[in-house]
Amino acid sequence: MHEMTLAVSVLQIVEDAVRREGLRHVRAVWLEIGQLASVEPEAMRFCFDAVARDSVAEGARLEIVTTAGAAWCNLCSKAVALAELGAPCPHCGGYRLRLTEGTGMRVMELEGE
Amino acid sequence: MCSTCGCGSGEASVDGEAHGHEHRSVDGTTHTPYGTTHTHDMAHTHGATHTHDHHGVPAHVHAHAHAHCAHGFDSAPVLESAPVQAHTAGLAPSRMLRIEQDILSHNDALAAQNRKALQQRGIFALNLVSSPGAGKTALLVKTIRALGDRREISVIEGDQQTSNDAERIRATGARAVQINTGKGCHLDAHMVGHALARLEPSQGGILMIENVGNLVCPAAFDLGEAHKVVVLSVTEGEDKPLKYPDMFRRASLMLLNKIDLLPYLEFDLGLCIANARRTNPDIGVICVSAVTGEGIPDWLVWLEQGVRSAHAGGAKTATSADCHVREPEPVLEAREPEPVPAQVQTQ
Repeated sequence: MHEMTLAVSVLQIVEDAVRREGLRHVRAVWLEIGQLASVEPEAMRFCFDAVARDSVAEGARLEIVTTAGAAWCNLCSKAVALAELGAPCPHCGGYRLRLTEGTGMRVMELEGE
Repeated sequence: MCSTCGCGSGEASVDGEAHGHEHRSVDGTTHTPYGTTHTHDMAHTHGATHTHDHHGVPAHVHAHAHAHCAHGFDSAPVLESAPVQAHTAGLAPSRMLRIEQDILSHNDALAAQNRKALQQRGIFALNLVSSPGAGKTALLVKTIRALGDRREISVIEGDQQTSNDAERIRATGARAVQINTGKGCHLDAHMVGHALARLEPSQGGILMIENVGNLVCPAAFDLGEAHKVVVLSVTEGEDKPLKYPDMFRRASLMLLNKIDLLPYLEFDLGLCIANARRTNPDIGVICVSAVTGEGIPDWLVWLEQGVRSAHAGGAKTATSADCHVREPEPVLEAREPEPVPAQVQTQ
């Protein structure tokens, strides 16, 4: 995934929120990123720091909460945990998997004044 | 930097003209030339008490009023604010704003506009993705010539620089618009919206969006297409579907191109298809050659089924299974030390 474009999107969402609420500065932003979302957290932090310069979120702390990945295994006919894209079913070793959790990337909340 | 496409300001262009960035009005509504959004503001207040754990900052109990403001025609963002009394010792008073918005929600909203507009016109739209040099443009040229007058194809081309690909398409007689992303590495829905407004694809036709050559970044950017089609060439290695699982997972169809070169390569066709199915069990596969034309009739059948589905108003729901995609089990003759012509059989 392209973390720079994502960081720009995060900043846009943050700026929209602070504009609506009349905040002047953002101290911290919480992101929720799934294990299967193909986002590198450190790259996100680096990119967000870069894009936030000279913005209302300059210097803001970026907190990333990772959500667990899960899938439905068509061979086992049950939900299974899945820690990374391309991994097999942890029970049967097969690949008939439909991802169900952990692919999302969301801005959850921010702290500002 | 453009907040939608990440390009430097003014770098992205459509057919040589700098593309206008989305107009964001005071109330946050966005629009592109190929559709509009609406906002619906619903404000109400109520009292609530709850505790925030500020991730390392001492937790406080806050009693405050919430103002809810829902906006956007999709199900997304609810802005919830805690307006007063949030307090961290030693610092100026701060507030927590609950957002819960998908990072790509802006792009997804614009993509939904594009999709709706295309569906209303019965246009079957595909997002062609691949690594650079897999043969997307060559396949498009071959497809346009093979279809002839039977179906109109319009093309949106995406590259960092040059209009070479759009000119190759125009040379076939088909209409094309070139998006240059500048430093950008993928197309997004905003750029495509602008291109659609310029291109004005014909009702009931096919729209091909040839994305920037890149197997990573375009994966998550919905453009409003009915399907992503990934083009992989046999010169790239059988494990590409494993190396780039996100892209192959999101594609409905894999066009395995340059099969005319198989006699000269150590490429395991069966393994490549197995790897694609491992990443995406539902992916359709068609082996093709843009040079010899092999496999193109099967590809045209797949296209035609998609077009009919689009005319019936169900383009987005058409899956590879619905379209009865040919899923060949290619059989290669045993390779002797001297290469013999490989026979790829499609059913």
